[in-house]
Amino acid sequence: MSLAVPDEVGSALGTVVPSVEAAPETQSTGWRHRHLLDLDVVTWPEIELVMRTTDAMREVLGRPIPRVPALRGKSVTLLFYEASTRTRVSFEVAAKNLSADVVNIAVASSSVSKGESLVDTVRTVEALGADMLVMRHAVSGAPYLAARTFAGSVLNGGDGWHAHPTQALLDLYTMREHLPGGSVAGRKVVILGDILHSRVARSNIWALTAAGAELWLCGPATLLRGFEAWAAAGGAAGRRFTVTSSIDDALRDADVVMALRIQRERMAGGLLPSLREYTARFGLTRERLELAKSGALVMHPGPLNEGVEIAPDVASGPNSVITEQVTNGVAVRMAMLYLLAGAQAGGVASEESLR
Amino acid sequence: MSSFGQPRLIMTADEIRRAVVRISHEIVEKQAGTEGLVLIGIQRRGVPLARRLAGAIAEHEGVEIPVGALDITFYRDDLSLIAQQPVVKGTALPFDLNGRTIVLADDVLYTGRTIRAAMDALVDFGRPQAIRLAVLVDRGHRELPIRADHVGKNVPTSREELVRVHLVEIDEEDGVDIERLEPATVGVAG
Repeated sequence: MSLAVPDEVGSALGTVVPSVEAAPETQSTGWRHRHLLDLDVVTWPEIELVMRTTDAMREVLGRPIPRVPALRGKSVTLLFYEASTRTRVSFEVAAKNLSADVVNIAVASSSVSKGESLVDTVRTVEALGADMLVMRHAVSGAPYLAARTFAGSVLNGGDGWHAHPTQALLDLYTMREHLPGGSVAGRKVVILGDILHSRVARSNIWALTAAGAELWLCGPATLLRGFEAWAAAGGAAGRRFTVTSSIDDALRDADVVMALRIQRERMAGGLLPSLREYTARFGLTRERLELAKSGALVMHPGPLNEGVEIAPDVASGPNSVITEQVTNGVAVRMAMLYLLAGAQAGGVASEESLR
Repeated sequence: MSSFGQPRLIMTADEIRRAVVRISHEIVEKQAGTEGLVLIGIQRRGVPLARRLAGAIAEHEGVEIPVGALDITFYRDDLSLIAQQPVVKGTALPFDLNGRTIVLADDVLYTGRTIRAAMDALVDFGRPQAIRLAVLVDRGHRELPIRADHVGKNVPTSREELVRVHLVEIDEEDGVDIERLEPATVGVAG
């Protein structure tokens, strides 16, 4: 894991990202974690439970009144230290669909000094009655720090370059929905672009390798730094993935192509010669997509820089499931809020618990 | 302690079959026909029961009654009480509920909380003309003012007992048994 977290990120917290909870017992079909921080400690049966629960949430979203009282009386606080529209709104809609009370705290990251003040904020939020804390922070590992203090459940809504677990879960759900047989096992999935700065890529590595996908990471060598070493060291918990700068090798016969946003603000320091050069060599165009299998899914976690990492006609093309990712995001987040509330109640799932 | 953990059969497969047929007649009699009727089974064992009732009605009335499935997991009021996290089984109500007479079907009627949750769920889908309740076993100990319209068998029980319905569609055999639990293992679910 430490190989995936660049040094400068680890040093922000003094060490590499700490593990708050031990891996769960594997024999259970239930969700046993108190927090959702990343998917590295989540087992495949647990991910499948999330997928099944998401199916049920999709059914709720299709109702005339898409609201159920499952989390009535629970308070969900959204604490976003970093700009976000879709993730925050998605969590907010998810919590409201489950009848939770939602408190929104927007914090400008510049006004918050790291470390102690985060802990203070979390204590305050807890004192105000929050049962669940959804958090986004520019510093990798910040939600782990919050989880040490907070008595309820912490959901990581994205921390630095490190993890964005609900995005990876909704990506997996969207793939399973569209791939023949409803499974990504053995499917070639390509994540294309700025892997280095991508918490989406890192969480997807855990989810997709657990799902048995043939995972390829592709981008300029400067934006793959550290990942070759991670792959060579055995991959994610021994599960392999391939790292390449050859976009042709990556896209050939791919079943799914996920383009990542080029984060302009992170491109200082000579990582890319120019955006135009990036687009010329790694932009996802219709011609390049011809290399993939016909009907290959096109995905993007958003927000899009159309004409940079993805051509507009590809983003809105017939194979694009980008808007569906957004819809599924609400259902996946409902599932996670629900499962964490159940785990908070001290439970694990059982087939016979509905008597 | 040897009296614990010995399941006792209280309904055989034949008794279940006869109860289903009788209830199916009662439902039609009460409705004075089949006009506007829909059957909705509560997940999990209420669903095959609803299908069996619909099958019996089809046999003697020659009319196919729509059958739906209702998962009340999200409507339970005891997420913080039950020691186990419910697994969602799914809801499928592929028809309009407005103005219909709904017969809810479930295997065991106990505290009434499941039925309360089911009625909460149903009113989110529309405004039925009436909601009725058919259960295979009524074991008493209601905690809410709810009663069944159609009952397969009334079974006096104590709270320390567990009533288990087995249906071939789920359990590979038909039968209802009752078992006395160790006091420490008595749960609040039901």
